[in-house]
Amino acid sequence: MVTAIAIVRLKDLFAVIMLSGIYSLLSASFFVTMDAVDVAFTEAAVGAGISTLLLLVAITMTGRAEHPDRHKPILALAVVTVTGGLLIYGTFDMPYFGSGQAPVHLHVAPRYINDSMTEVGVPNIVTSVLASYRGFDTFGEVVVIFTAGIGVLALLSVVPRPVTIAKINSLNDSLHEQHLILRIVSKMLLPFIMLFAFYVQFHGDYGPGGGFQAGVIFAVAIILYAMLFGMITARRVINQSFIQLIAAVGVLLYGSIGVVALLNGKNFLDYSVLSDDPIAGQHLGILLIELGVGLTVASVMIIIFFSFAGRRDYLRHLNDNSKGSNNTSC
Amino acid sequence: MLIAAILAVFIVMVIAIVRGFMGPTLYDRILAVNMFGTKTVLLISLLGFMMGRPEFLDIAIVYALINFISVVGVLRYSDSSVFKHHNKQK
Amino acid sequence: MDIFLAAGSSLFLLIGSFLCLSGGLGLLRFPDFYTRMHAVGVTETLATAMILIGLMLQSPDALVLLKLMVILIMTLFISPTASHALAHAALQNNLVPKLNKQNDNEEVTPSNP
Repeated sequence: MVTAIAIVRLKDLFAVIMLSGIYSLLSASFFVTMDAVDVAFTEAAVGAGISTLLLLVAITMTGRAEHPDRHKPILALAVVTVTGGLLIYGTFDMPYFGSGQAPVHLHVAPRYINDSMTEVGVPNIVTSVLASYRGFDTFGEVVVIFTAGIGVLALLSVVPRPVTIAKINSLNDSLHEQHLILRIVSKMLLPFIMLFAFYVQFHGDYGPGGGFQAGVIFAVAIILYAMLFGMITARRVINQSFIQLIAAVGVLLYGSIGVVALLNGKNFLDYSVLSDDPIAGQHLGILLIELGVGLTVASVMIIIFFSFAGRRDYLRHLNDNSKGSNNTSC
Repeated sequence: MLIAAILAVFIVMVIAIVRGFMGPTLYDRILAVNMFGTKTVLLISLLGFMMGRPEFLDIAIVYALINFISVVGVLRYSDSSVFKHHNKQK
Repeated sequence: MDIFLAAGSSLFLLIGSFLCLSGGLGLLRFPDFYTRMHAVGVTETLATAMILIGLMLQSPDALVLLKLMVILIMTLFISPTASHALAHAALQNNLVPKLNKQNDNEEVTPSNP
């Protein structure tokens, strides 16, 4: 709470980013103490990890200080106060926190908790709710992420300039001198990070984890590589069009499983038809759609980072050019 | 003894937040965030043991990784021209 | 056997907590960035290792032990690296260490790039 107020008060945007990192770590520990393991997992990976990185890259483009002469935000303040008041008023109608009489606990939750083992056969209830009972909502989320990736691409995509091998090598050497220790340690850690991402991806049935988290961890590994070894090298490892293709394939995989269920005469995203045994079908379906989610999330995150960083390099290139021309004219 | 360790880690986390607010320079804040991250790893593993649910350790691993990567990211982008300019003004 | 394990675990946890607290005190009270970093960087690795070892002695099965080992090894790699990178970046961006006045003439010049 205090952290949030301090975030609003501070003018230095960089400090704001650092504090928001702390804030998400705090809220994640809060989730852990409330026993919501999967939520804490997501908050850790998304809130503390990738959003901090993306905000950082954005801030290097816009500049560090907030504009001092802002308009008076009275209208915004009024709207926020009214909305917050209405929301708090709405919570009065809700049952007390942890009350056993809440409607959720009377009808939906017992069904999920008692029957998910027999109906879906996956030990982690969160996964079965997310991927099977609420499969349609999750599909919507994946499409939203995909759309965000497309939006960033449309706004910020730059055609990479052709660079000579010599320039790449010189850039590599300068980076190598600067971050020698970091590079070596990261090189050792990268395979383990990726391995851990796969563990999270395929272990989602049994423990906390799943497609979203695994995708983010994988993307973070790639971003680490891109930061330490230069954008150009990373682009040579992972092709831009290839990653766009993967993003689309993830959504398609998810959607096509739903269509397969439709074609077999069941509801959209009803996985029981995928196999003779309904429970095995559920397993297969959950595994496949988690794979789709993971693919899409990882590639969209990488796309967003690449476009931001590419844009930044482009702007810096423009700056250098204009400085150079000024110098020669003087 | 677990509870004592949890308390100690918690106090240190509060100290790190205070340093993060005060932090006269940029690097003090980064240091505070880094320390906060490691202490969160410890706190989560301790809590997992106290509640008897060791699957919390997965989250602790993620935290350790994310912490490292965000520090690297901050440092990698803090040597851009924007920050140098700002430092000279100080 | 069990009582030895419990006692050892308590001992390790106690040492870890003490190191944690001393590191936090250093972070709060030391005068400039480099000394704060020294306090944190030195204690952090050992404190984490101590607490994790203390937990390892209590761990119920092999998988938990393995995960704790993974965390320990990663911390041993990551924490010194992060400290090094932080100090390196601070020095490169002209953050001058606050030194003793008497040594000023001798020591500021080499450490200021």
